[in-house]
Amino acid sequence: MNRFILPLAIFVALVALLAVGLTLDPRKVPSPLIGKPAPHFELPLLQEAKQTFTERDMLGKVWILNVWASWCVTCREEHPVLLELAASGVVPIYGLNYKDKREDGLAWLKGMGNPYKLSTFDFDGRVGIDYGVYAVPETYVIDKLGVIRYKCIGPLTPEIVKDKVLPLVQELSRA
Amino acid sequence: MLRLLALLLLAFATAAAPAKEAAPAAQDPVLEKRMMALAEELRCLVCQNQTLADSNAPLAGDLRNQVREKMRLGASDAEIVDYMVARYGDFVLYRPPLKLTTALLWFGPLLLLAGGFVVMLRRVLRRRPAQDFEVTASEHKRAAELLAGNEAERR
Repeated sequence: MNRFILPLAIFVALVALLAVGLTLDPRKVPSPLIGKPAPHFELPLLQEAKQTFTERDMLGKVWILNVWASWCVTCREEHPVLLELAASGVVPIYGLNYKDKREDGLAWLKGMGNPYKLSTFDFDGRVGIDYGVYAVPETYVIDKLGVIRYKCIGPLTPEIVKDKVLPLVQELSRA
Repeated sequence: MLRLLALLLLAFATAAAPAKEAAPAAQDPVLEKRMMALAEELRCLVCQNQTLADSNAPLAGDLRNQVREKMRLGASDAEIVDYMVARYGDFVLYRPPLKLTTALLWFGPLLLLAGGFVVMLRRVLRRRPAQDFEVTASEHKRAAELLAGNEAERR
């Protein structure tokens, strides 16, 4: 009996290790940008090419930067969550329209509703690279000092908003 | 005339297609080679088991362009690697640096090897040495008889 205990223990440990591994998403790589100042950008607006927006305009406010594109299928899934969050008025959402066509981006907002205060237009994806974007949609929570405090890779879900984003926004707003 | 025009158009179309693909390499083969060598060391985050050099993902193309541009501006390989790590983390490196968070990655296989060695050593040491048997004269005789009997039967 005794000689089965060690192999059994090793087997159970291995199963536990693999079970934990299965719950992790290898696509979610921890971002080195968390706790760092949001990279500087100045981009034209999607709606108005002559106007520009920079992250510096937002100093002193807690805000959300959401990277989206009309060609991105998961963004479609995420969109209702963004609309609801925007409607709650808790935190302003700014869009970064990533490697999109201007008319496609505009049509998307017209057809599906616009959760954004405004959307910037990152045609060549340069700003996306500076923000380490690799799997649209991605969402950043940025604090009053312009520091990135949270990054969500992939779509925001009602659970993530409730458990992560809203508590963080409340905490940061008080600071 | 129309046929000639169509033929010409077709010729141009086929000529233009590969030319577009190969353009960056043709511009500066030395830089292209250096870029590809560095891109072999970097992971594409979209398709994570491919290098930046192998991947066809649009982001990989953008990043290769970014590397080309930085090289043209005189950036060293180390500077470009730092640029990538600042954005995407150590995960972009196929050879991650030795840190506390990557210690298990570096030494894990060694630990397993050492563990296996310990198990093997214990088993070998615990094994009882083979005992010498005393064979008596009567046993010798009986063995000889058995062997002889077998020989006889076989014939």
